[in-house]
Amino acid sequence: MTTEAETEPTRRDFIYIATGAVGAVGVAAAVWPLIDQMNPSAAVRALVSIEFDLSPIAEGQSVTIIWRGLPLFIRHRTAAEIAAAVGTPLDELKDPQSDSERIKQGHAQWLIMVAICTHLGCVPLGESGPFGGWFCPCHGSVYDTSGRVRSGPAPKNLVVPSYEFLTDTTVKIG
Amino acid sequence: MSGKSTYTPKSGFTKWLDSRLPIIRFSYDTLVDYPTPKNLNYWWTFGAILTAFLGIQIVTGIILAMNYTPTVGDAFNSVEFIRRDVNWGRIIQASHSVGASMFFLALYIHMFRGLYYGSYKAPREVLWLLGVIIFVLMMATAFMGYVLPWGQMSFWAATVITQIFSAIPFVGEAILEWLRGGFAVQNATLTRFYSLHYLLPFMIAAVVGLHIWALHVPGNNNPTGVTVKSNQDTVAFHPYYTIKDTFALVVFLIVYAWFVFFAPDIFGHADNYIQANPLVTPPHIVPEWYFLPFYAMLRAINFNVTIPFTDLVLLDSKLGGVIAFFGSIVVLFFVPWLDRSPVRSGTFRPMFKWFYWLFVIGFIGLGYLGAQPPEGIYVAIAQALTAYYFAYFLVILPILARIETPLPLPASISQSVLDRNGAKQGAGSGAAA
Repeated sequence: MTTEAETEPTRRDFIYIATGAVGAVGVAAAVWPLIDQMNPSAAVRALVSIEFDLSPIAEGQSVTIIWRGLPLFIRHRTAAEIAAAVGTPLDELKDPQSDSERIKQGHAQWLIMVAICTHLGCVPLGESGPFGGWFCPCHGSVYDTSGRVRSGPAPKNLVVPSYEFLTDTTVKIG
Repeated sequence: MSGKSTYTPKSGFTKWLDSRLPIIRFSYDTLVDYPTPKNLNYWWTFGAILTAFLGIQIVTGIILAMNYTPTVGDAFNSVEFIRRDVNWGRIIQASHSVGASMFFLALYIHMFRGLYYGSYKAPREVLWLLGVIIFVLMMATAFMGYVLPWGQMSFWAATVITQIFSAIPFVGEAILEWLRGGFAVQNATLTRFYSLHYLLPFMIAAVVGLHIWALHVPGNNNPTGVTVKSNQDTVAFHPYYTIKDTFALVVFLIVYAWFVFFAPDIFGHADNYIQANPLVTPPHIVPEWYFLPFYAMLRAINFNVTIPFTDLVLLDSKLGGVIAFFGSIVVLFFVPWLDRSPVRSGTFRPMFKWFYWLFVIGFIGLGYLGAQPPEGIYVAIAQALTAYYFAYFLVILPILARIETPLPLPASISQSVLDRNGAKQGAGSGAAA
């Protein structure tokens, strides 16, 4: 009895294992669409990146647009705001980042950020707060004219999404 | 199920059926003749109340689904339509939303009863585990149900709670997109929540079936925690406990009905009567009251855990909070093996009692703190209470099992009942017949 169990694997053993393996692969292949259907649909993926025309936004004006279902601030900064943002020493910042890291070279007047407070996800109010930037009414976080956190409970600066300038007045976001 | 069946079919039809599908025998054994300890107090009636509420939620829910539209454009209006225009819709919608609150109230009482009387101890570990699974399923169901009216709180609760999964290292963002079906909470999120909200109650019903099965094998625990020793310790489930359970249910339903008729929105939040708007956050996001203790634990971890003497962050505050949140539920699965004290009932555990009631107060305290803004002293107290919550299960229960000297246990359930009656008569009239 025991000697028989220790003999070479038979063709039948091989067929069992091969059948099981093929069956498992088949089940996995059948289940995958059921799981993957929950991922973003083609309609959502089609809007992963959007192009936006900046020309109607006058200096000192800002707009809020929707990108990937998230609100986005686009602000046309004034020269004074840029100067204030550039002139801020980094050691005054909670999440140190220079203004030039938050804009595109040659487009310092355009500030594009995800409009979600990094504290608990509220939408901050524009052109308010002691630094003339943004102020979150929920728990009092204050952001400067570069969208960097200056006081309050927020841990990070407002997030800058990836974007590029296609022309001087058109950006592709995402 | 346990013991021998005493059912004897009488008519020709029941005899015929009994030898083909013994469903009458099964019902008789589980609901009529089932031997139940004769000293169960009213804390034991919540199992029946919970079963009734599962039924109420399923029936009212199916009716609401007949009038509800699960799209971001119409969901909010369709709930208002139900409340204003559908015949009796005001009552049916209120029954469902207040029903969720009453369901959780009964569930918490049921669980705290189990924790006090040691109902999770051998041989009822599987019974307890199934109960915790029901708890988890109920939390998922209630959360998804809260999203369906698509008010401001619905939307932002869905945002905040799904955001929790983004804290998982490496795969967090992918899981988040998968759960939401997009980069933010949107139509795809609402429709899947609706589908699952309809599915989960039936899964709960199935686990409740297993829970009752697992109850009927060892039989009920009881306030003394002493195992049933003879037939003298038990009475038949019917009529003794069917009547007791029904009476308790009626009292509970009176409270329920008062809320449904006179204060249907009292557990709700004013912001949820504003349609969901992804561009405006409510100033203060609060979950439903029954999640507040766990929400408080999620927010209590507002510090990074670093490797000592370095700046390397081992665990950031976000992941830490999520671990506390899930850990607070996962720890419940281990309670039967953390509390090794052989004495079940807290009545006979002089030290346990103090820690237990402190635990209850702490849990209620966490509920209060979960509704407060996460600032200043509130955070510090929430951290202390979170620490106690975990210490109770992971430190206090294991240590008490070793060092505590329990009070002498009654010889049997009957003996404890006789002793108590004797003491009462002695104190009352000074003479016993």
